[in-house]
Amino acid sequence: MVVMSPEEQFQAIIDAEDKIEPPDWMPDGYRKTLIRQIAQHAHSEVIGMQPEANWITRAPTLYRKAILIAKVQDEAGHGLYLYSAAETLGVKRDEMQELLHQGKHKYSSIFNYPTLSWADMGTIGWLVDGAAITNQVMLTRGSYGPYARAMVRICKEESFHQRQGYEVLIRLCQGSPEQKAMAQDSINRWWWPALMMFGPHDSDSTHTEQSMKWKIKRVTNDDLRQQFVDMTVRQADYLGLELPDPDLRWNEERGHYDFGDIDWEEFWHVVKGNGPMNRERVAHKVKAWKDGAWVREAATAHAKKREARSAA
Amino acid sequence: MTYEVPVAPGEKAEIEETTELSGESWPMWEVFVRAHRGISHVHIGSLHAPDVETALENARDVYTRRGEGVSVWVVPSTEVHAFEPDAAADYVEANEKVYRLATTYEIPEEVGQM
Repeated sequence: MVVMSPEEQFQAIIDAEDKIEPPDWMPDGYRKTLIRQIAQHAHSEVIGMQPEANWITRAPTLYRKAILIAKVQDEAGHGLYLYSAAETLGVKRDEMQELLHQGKHKYSSIFNYPTLSWADMGTIGWLVDGAAITNQVMLTRGSYGPYARAMVRICKEESFHQRQGYEVLIRLCQGSPEQKAMAQDSINRWWWPALMMFGPHDSDSTHTEQSMKWKIKRVTNDDLRQQFVDMTVRQADYLGLELPDPDLRWNEERGHYDFGDIDWEEFWHVVKGNGPMNRERVAHKVKAWKDGAWVREAATAHAKKREARSAA
Repeated sequence: MTYEVPVAPGEKAEIEETTELSGESWPMWEVFVRAHRGISHVHIGSLHAPDVETALENARDVYTRRGEGVSVWVVPSTEVHAFEPDAAADYVEANEKVYRLATTYEIPEEVGQM
């Protein structure tokens, strides 16, 4: 029998399309890359509640309000699944959250854009959640068991998010000229930030090669972005809306849509914390956590009292 | 999209993983859900809660919002015991004892189904 090193054993499991599970030996870099990514993913779900919560009180009907509440509740749940997955790697949820509050952890930049109209609820579901699904379907095939399992649950729920958003836009586009214009304005503002969600070009992406070998990542940023554009054009056509890119056209030779250059300056500007809503999003999160302190303390005190009583 | 954290030029790629906490952290619970009658409870995830009642209520709210289950168990994570990872090799030996498998034995065709 050939004796393999722990690292070779680890890679053999991954190469065989098997999953790595929490007690397994893993290279430190694998563990750190996963913590960094899962924490950012969890924070994104949690911060992602804010742009939509903004419209719960102003949803046009009770039905749309109920949908929006259900969606925001899902995002909280997604955050929970993901923090749990990260905790299997030896980090604490409360510490990850505290680091987010301190501005030392990031979340997806897309949530640093404001939601200015009701149509944004449709566009976020369709484009933002659509972009998220494109990535998350890939992540269900990732090599780390707890993360991949969390993704399976999340993908099922995200599908509801995307479809309800698209339906919001269908209704607006079938409505008055003003409603359709509101939808078009929303797409104009969200299209490019949605494409930025896929991250820097492969040529500028720092960890692609190692992450692909470890199967933390299975498709590159540019390939996922292309896949998303190819799917979305038809959906925009059906709505009768125009995607705000004069360079967008079908390329027969490549079998894909060509599209224009992304404004990377804006991308890095927002990543570095200077987007329209960066400060507000984190400040709101910190406030919600502080305002809820008395509830958490009361629950802890109640639990201790009951424990003492049942011990007596 | 990607959940990889973009590394801005001049920024370090590693993030901090620990920090001081002011409050008390709630214990962790493992959640098991029976999808429908007739099958066992299956581990579905975990959560933090101060006591068993809250853990059960939160488990129901988080893990069974779309009819995923008809019964929920919660177990304190510290009460789940397992072998050390090093002992995992012991499972491999079982694979060598093929005489424990029904498929090891050839039954003549004329005997029929066995």
